[in-house]
Amino acid sequence: MAGPVQSIERAAAILRLLAGGPGRLGLGEVAASLGLAKGTTHGILRTLQSVDFVEQDEATGKYQLGAALLHLGTSYLDVNELRSRSINWTDALAARSGEAVRLGVPLEGKVLIVHHVFRPDDTFQTLDVGSLLPLHASALGKVLLAYGAAPLEPLVEGEPEAYTRHTIVSSQRLNRALAETRDAGWAAAVQEMIMGEADIAAPIRGQGGLVVGAVGVSGPVERICDSKGHPHTSLVGLTRNAARAISRDLGAARW
Amino acid sequence: MVERYVISIDQGTMSTRCILFDHRGRLVSVAQKEHRQHFPKPGWVEHDAIEIWSNLQRVVPRALDNAGVGPDQIAAIGIANQRETTVVWDRRTGVPVGHAIVWQDTRTDALVEKLRREVGDDFFVEHCGLSPTTYFSAPRIRWLFDHVDDLHERAESGEVLFGTMESWLIWNLTGGPAGGLHITDATNASRTMLMNIRTLAWDDELLAYFGVPRPMLPEIRSSVESYGVAHALLPDVRIGAALGDQQAALFGQTCFAPGEAKCTYGTGSFLLLNTGTSLVRSRHGLLTTVGYKVTDQPTVYALEGPIAVTGSLVQWFRDRLGLINSAPEIETLARSVEDNGGCYIVPAFSGLFAPHWRSDARGVIVGLTSYITKGHLARAVLEATGWQTREVVDAMNADAPLALKELKVDGGMTANNLLMQFLADVLDVPVVRPMVSETVSLGAAYAAGLAVGYWPDLEGLRRNWHRAGQWLPTMDPGRREAEYDNWKRAVERSFGWIRSQ
Repeated sequence: MAGPVQSIERAAAILRLLAGGPGRLGLGEVAASLGLAKGTTHGILRTLQSVDFVEQDEATGKYQLGAALLHLGTSYLDVNELRSRSINWTDALAARSGEAVRLGVPLEGKVLIVHHVFRPDDTFQTLDVGSLLPLHASALGKVLLAYGAAPLEPLVEGEPEAYTRHTIVSSQRLNRALAETRDAGWAAAVQEMIMGEADIAAPIRGQGGLVVGAVGVSGPVERICDSKGHPHTSLVGLTRNAARAISRDLGAARW
Repeated sequence: MVERYVISIDQGTMSTRCILFDHRGRLVSVAQKEHRQHFPKPGWVEHDAIEIWSNLQRVVPRALDNAGVGPDQIAAIGIANQRETTVVWDRRTGVPVGHAIVWQDTRTDALVEKLRREVGDDFFVEHCGLSPTTYFSAPRIRWLFDHVDDLHERAESGEVLFGTMESWLIWNLTGGPAGGLHITDATNASRTMLMNIRTLAWDDELLAYFGVPRPMLPEIRSSVESYGVAHALLPDVRIGAALGDQQAALFGQTCFAPGEAKCTYGTGSFLLLNTGTSLVRSRHGLLTTVGYKVTDQPTVYALEGPIAVTGSLVQWFRDRLGLINSAPEIETLARSVEDNGGCYIVPAFSGLFAPHWRSDARGVIVGLTSYITKGHLARAVLEATGWQTREVVDAMNADAPLALKELKVDGGMTANNLLMQFLADVLDVPVVRPMVSETVSLGAAYAAGLAVGYWPDLEGLRRNWHRAGQWLPTMDPGRREAEYDNWKRAVERSFGWIRSQ
């Protein structure tokens, strides 16, 4: 394993300096305080500025910590809190749609199921919570990919697995499907993971509109889709309404 | 055809909620408003009954607006309420005599101790199914007589009226000083210590004992019954039900058969077991209470095990220890470790309720070693709720003819999967969560809908109940027994901390 990356160590030192100081600091002050060359310091400050960790005062040219850094700790959404805040809306979605409801978040290149409501027919079912779904072969995963909640590159750089003959494996087709998802505001996966099974999903947005998860209904293809294999419009509407209701609860005011 | 709905009012400890349900028992809209908690002295908890009535006047129109529904589309009103909270008000003016004294209020503890010493529990259990605690209403009425000048005389002449929250709201809804109905239902009346648990009538011996004059008491009616129509707020809509909140949850969970039980997990937790039409007198620390009474059908009784501290232990962990930022995060923290590391927390913050009833107990954390992390403590916090439930279930199984086969759960903590699995593991029965978690409101709606024929019968309501999640026991029996033994030893260590003066 390589040793520490020097520029990141220096960036951390600059952030600590800005956090510890009384107010804003000029380039010269930062460089002198840390014993760095002005050129090096400027390069790091500009990079930190580009990711909003540092802000520069327009009038004085002095630097201070950026707003994004202050929100770094609080923007994290605990998955158990997500379940807790969603539970009334996912129950209502299951009751209205008559289908099983699942809620997923990204985890290491997969979709982690964090909440599952049974299909309301009182047949024997087991909780899927904790199981993992492929990103490219589930509606939940496509939503997470389409809105940048899960990175696409590692997926297309490897070879996406073909679970059925309907699984989208080419990066061109996957990109098109994700663009369509963004345009429509929802995704479907019809027999793309398991033959005979389909799901529909819509994005859950947290503060600032950032997509933090996806919620959807799933079941046998003949229940989820019409005779032409298209997802039922009514199920799409119910799913999107539930996603919006959860998003509002999480503080995503615009949705 | 215009869709019709049932409106449910849940007058709770923290807030007043109004929920509309459709014919399939699905939640259509919600509105709620919190009211102020008054703490005038240590151990005292009060609510302003006027504030609660005005909150109700705000949330009902809001719930209708949210659903785009007019009062003419409401088939019935059902009321569930915080139990035992005591309101006394002037019949002529409608003005309450001071604040309502809330069920958590412990100002009557000296009085209750005196009762237990002088009369003994048996007299009370025989008449009303309850042992004296500060929980119930009658000692509060006595306290008011002892502290408010002329109140007893005004009560004797019927100038002031007593009620729990449902009585107060129904009286106001049906006209208030202009002929409002002064009624209560058998579930609420069963928590006053004034009602005879067998006859469902005010008990002369209990009234004499507490010195409560009859003219101030509401008429005891069935829980499911068309009491009359509202004048205010929802003119001409029939009021079809009133139930104490825990009994409403039993009804909402459709626990209609003997042996069916539910547990509602809130700040505290309440396990109620339907014992059918037979009145079971507990020998293991449970309360005998009225489950519900449907019109003129026989009374259905329940055994109740109240647990004082469950969700509030998680709140303590969050607010007082600051180890988590939100209550659900306790699951994340607890999952950071494999087990409790040998650590147990007995949350006897103000003594222990069922089945121990030890007011001399105080909280303990045992099994601390340098190995213990905050993750282990988080586990111990959740496990405390599991084991406290187990103790109540053991008492139920010992008292009731049928052993519990499945536990229906509701309340905020049911979103915690780790806890639900642990519950199934320690109880060794399936734990089931229904699709509507608002079971208190749903129960009041069901009862009211039943009274006016919106729903035909109990079987029809059962068909609305659906399983949303289920947890099956997976714990090794040997481990379960060893852990339970550890828990029991921890509980013993909480006893006797407070020395009697």
